[in-house]
Amino acid sequence: MMRRFSSHRLFWPFAALVLLLAVNAVFNPGFWQLQWRDGHLYGSVIDILNRAAPLALVAIGMTLVIATRGIDISVGAVVAISAAVAALMIGGELVVKDGVQTHVTRYPMSVAILTALVVAALCGLWNGLLVAKVGMQPIIATLILMVAGRGIAQLLTGGQIITVYYAPFFFLGNGFLLGLPFAVFIAAVVWATVHLLLTRTALGLFIQSIGINPAASRVAGVRERLIIVCVYVFCGVAAGVAGLVISSNVKSADGNNAGVLMELDAILAVTLGGTALTGGRFSLAGSVLGALIIQTLTSTIYSIGVPPEVNMVVKAAVVFAVMLLQSPEFRSAVRGLVVRPVPGAAR
Amino acid sequence: MMAAAATAATPAVRRGLRIDSRFVPLVGTLAVFALAAGYGGVAYTGFFSAQVFLNLLIDNAFLCVVGVGMTFVILSGGIDLSVGSVIALTTMISAGLVEHAHWNAWQTIPMVLAIGTVFGALMGWLIERFRLQPFIVTLAGMFLARGLCYLISIDSISITDADYTAISQARIRLGDGASITIGALIALATVALGVWIAHATEFGRTVYAIGGNETSALLMGLPVARTRILVYTLSGFCSALAGVVFTFYMLSGYGLHAVGLELDAIAAVVIGGTLLSGGVGYVAGTLVGVLILGIVQTMISFDGTLSSWWTRIVIGALLFLFCLLQRAFEGRSGKG
Amino acid sequence: MTPSVVLEARGLTRRFTGVLALSGVDFRLLAGEVHALMGQNGAGKSTLIKVLTGVYPADAGELRLNGAAIHPESAADAQRLGISTVYQEVNLCPNLSVAENVFAGRYPRLGASGLWRIDWARMERDARALLARLNLDIDVSRLLSSYPVAVQQMVAIARALSVDAKVLILDEPTSSLDEHEVARLFDVLRQLRGEGMAILFVTHFLAQTYAIADRITVLRNGERVGEYLPAELPRAALITAMVGRELSAAAGRNVHTQETAGADVLEARGIGRRGQLSPLDVTLRRGEVVGVGGLLGSGRTELARLLFGLDRIDSGELVMDGVPVRFDAPSQAIRHGLAMCPEERKHDGIVAELSVRENIALALQARMGLWNFLTPARQQAIAERFVRMLGIKTADLETPVALLSGGNQQKVVLARWLATEPRLMILDEPTRGIDVAAKQEIMNEILGLAREGLAVLFISSEMDEVVRVADRIVVLRDRRKVGELPGDSSEQAVYHLIASDA
Repeated sequence: MMRRFSSHRLFWPFAALVLLLAVNAVFNPGFWQLQWRDGHLYGSVIDILNRAAPLALVAIGMTLVIATRGIDISVGAVVAISAAVAALMIGGELVVKDGVQTHVTRYPMSVAILTALVVAALCGLWNGLLVAKVGMQPIIATLILMVAGRGIAQLLTGGQIITVYYAPFFFLGNGFLLGLPFAVFIAAVVWATVHLLLTRTALGLFIQSIGINPAASRVAGVRERLIIVCVYVFCGVAAGVAGLVISSNVKSADGNNAGVLMELDAILAVTLGGTALTGGRFSLAGSVLGALIIQTLTSTIYSIGVPPEVNMVVKAAVVFAVMLLQSPEFRSAVRGLVVRPVPGAAR
Repeated sequence: MMAAAATAATPAVRRGLRIDSRFVPLVGTLAVFALAAGYGGVAYTGFFSAQVFLNLLIDNAFLCVVGVGMTFVILSGGIDLSVGSVIALTTMISAGLVEHAHWNAWQTIPMVLAIGTVFGALMGWLIERFRLQPFIVTLAGMFLARGLCYLISIDSISITDADYTAISQARIRLGDGASITIGALIALATVALGVWIAHATEFGRTVYAIGGNETSALLMGLPVARTRILVYTLSGFCSALAGVVFTFYMLSGYGLHAVGLELDAIAAVVIGGTLLSGGVGYVAGTLVGVLILGIVQTMISFDGTLSSWWTRIVIGALLFLFCLLQRAFEGRSGKG
Repeated sequence: MTPSVVLEARGLTRRFTGVLALSGVDFRLLAGEVHALMGQNGAGKSTLIKVLTGVYPADAGELRLNGAAIHPESAADAQRLGISTVYQEVNLCPNLSVAENVFAGRYPRLGASGLWRIDWARMERDARALLARLNLDIDVSRLLSSYPVAVQQMVAIARALSVDAKVLILDEPTSSLDEHEVARLFDVLRQLRGEGMAILFVTHFLAQTYAIADRITVLRNGERVGEYLPAELPRAALITAMVGRELSAAAGRNVHTQETAGADVLEARGIGRRGQLSPLDVTLRRGEVVGVGGLLGSGRTELARLLFGLDRIDSGELVMDGVPVRFDAPSQAIRHGLAMCPEERKHDGIVAELSVRENIALALQARMGLWNFLTPARQQAIAERFVRMLGIKTADLETPVALLSGGNQQKVVLARWLATEPRLMILDEPTRGIDVAAKQEIMNEILGLAREGLAVLFISSEMDEVVRVADRIVVLRDRRKVGELPGDSSEQAVYHLIASDA
């Protein structure tokens, strides 16, 4: 069995990231510079971490879904919906209070955030029920929400971009804690919580079991329908959190464009991290690494001075490269080229 | 084992019902179309005109062409996410060749068709040779094609070539004030060709076999590898042809053309009765699926009070309905 | 007239990373014979078939078809040469029509050069004619999936005939067939044999071998043990050839005869499910082994699934300790102390890529729930205990269970359930596809547990096993219970009850 790849499972993604960072350092001398400004760290690396945070969140949720042999292509729509709900509920008006201009929210911020997350969870629940109870194929079940959800997000925002005028909300995506972007903390907390859940409870074992053999898991007494629903709910919530961070970062909610293509980036991150699309064994750390790779890639392209549209071509090339490397057929074909076949042996 | 004993106990299966069972999804699709058309005719004045129905085909001709290719891919158990991007790439290359390199239409069209076909063949080869997942390969293809678009030009390039403009504006009279475009004719021809390929050629039947049970198809000695590559090649060709039709429709090349079109194509195929798991479905169904998508769009614009994003919501709801139907159908026939 | 040698293999060798699957195997197949290929799991039967049909190339040795050397490189190649195979899972396409399945890849065409469109009418006509040769008259335009497995096999054979096969290989064709269907298949085989076809028949059913085979070849550990005439090879000798040591076919009368069964564990009152099982009663008691006797399709697995909560009960109720219970999912049954080793080991039993340790701990963990976590260390302790108890052969506990042999995989599944300390264990074909030695070990283990108080429901298609082991036999026929017999009944008594008009 091909255990070379998992001499450590994270070897290839890690190597890829290091390579990217090295390329960056070569072309961009100021890349590794960190400064302390305005009470926080400042630099390209910080930028990357900050922008990778929402993608990492979505990728974490996506990892668990993929591990159960599923997929969720509606996360982009959920990001948009969550952002729209929060933006609508917060809104923000300029009011003069006691002679000072302050922004006031329509609803308390905590309520708005909670509502957005509940709506995101409901989206996940919808997906989970379609997959687990109705028995639809995950790609088609989540395709429904992807199509309809985008419409719902546009409906909520009226097709416009809703600007949020409320400083405390901006902290999520723009604030800093202990010098690092707050968004990174959010992602880290979510990652840590999920990791604990997976390793200190039976959840990790159950998810893998379901992904490898759902029928046998059911016979063994694993409540796979419940776990599958929970996994999709979590994926929705993770997308919801990402939506909040993103809308906070850009101080607005765009029903048309928020989260577009994000599901593909998330799936790419998970695949880069070594989790197979066929489910089973998975790696959260790998997916986070994958998100970092994608973000670093984007930054590298930008800093080298290549037009950002090239980003897509490069992403494509990276996907091809990773896919081929992960394919046993490709590896043996390459080995066949490198090692000359013994003459006369049957192929 | 269970099914064996059950049918052994009832040797004379209900004949009439059984034969029809594989047509049930298609019948369902037609029923929805009829319902929608009927409702539209009743609710909106001017709905039941020949031109309105012809416009369904005219405005969605490119979706129709792409849908044919997508039907074959899905029948074989795969998926092609690159179709929208290949359409965009086709428009961009066409615009570039015609406007900047001063090729004429009759040189450009074969060229872009060839490019699309080769693109599809490459993806198909990667999928087959290295056993890669179609989802990921065509996803990468999607990124690649659109990226290549932007490499050619970030802004849109308008096409002012005389031939293109003439084709774009050409209308073939069908009597009584109704007319049809060249693009729509191409779409109909593609559907006809697709139906013929699916039912009368070995390639078409092998596609169904692969979708039904790939291992069996291999053991039966069918040319699985060659067919799989050809399926994606066909899809690439259809995407390029759809791109040509799109170019007539929009008279420009732009990287943002046809964003998300692959989803519409998949929706049309599913609503048309093809199972996403492969092996079951009809090309003709996809035509009806496209018409249903078109009719939803038309009804919403006729209504006037609903904003255009309700289209997405309705399509999502339709998808949901059809998938439920497919689940029920699968459940009844005993398939897991 | 001496029949000609149609297919001949000499010194066939095939190696898989480190394992010698075939070692210098000689083999002959004559025209107009049914030749049985027998051996335990891992003996090399399926490897030999795959080499003969071009799926794998041989590392050494030669193949001759009617005297000419051949090197088939794919299934299609072998087919073209005239070697056709019908597999256990009937490798045809369920979504295509019967006619299409027969002619897939070789469609009759219209047009002068045969390049125009497919001629559906002729295809259906020809298919009907081929099936008529097998005495089968069905609507060939219907989907293959609308027919039972037995008919699908006939279609596969018809396909073989359509390519003018000289050699017909049948790989375990009778595993999913009931007695009637087996008889029909054998009729067809005899007819084809009479027409001069060379037939290779792979099976592990002893009775069937003696019923149909003209000659028997036995493989063991990748080597050919010998080629025999059935008339000159008594059962015991056949088993010895397959196993390599003295093991009688019926290992003596079962030692375990419980004088008094214990208290009721599970009482099923009138349970049934529409279309699957007619309402029946069965009671399972402590320390008692209840066997389920019946032919294929009589409802044995359906009964197991209903008791375990894999399917929902339409009528009747289950009572445990005097209290009515309801199982909507296996997890609920498990919480009440039930356990089940399912029939399909690969599909419903093992979780392939998980380790032996994780597989063994799975059911227990599932019962304990999400939060009550068995640490890897605790899992290891549990796994070690059962590996020792059941004699599971594995390199170490972290090996993915998929790498173990069939018998050891079954032991892992058994260990999983024993770890939950159940009150009632349902065993559905626990010894299918397992070599004789492992079979004995598993049966002894179960009997030992029954002696200690475990209630056991034992389902097996090998009636002699059921009769040997059970304290009571519940007899099913056509999804109904026809009666119960005491444990020391003979096989004939069970068949008699099944055949009666009850």
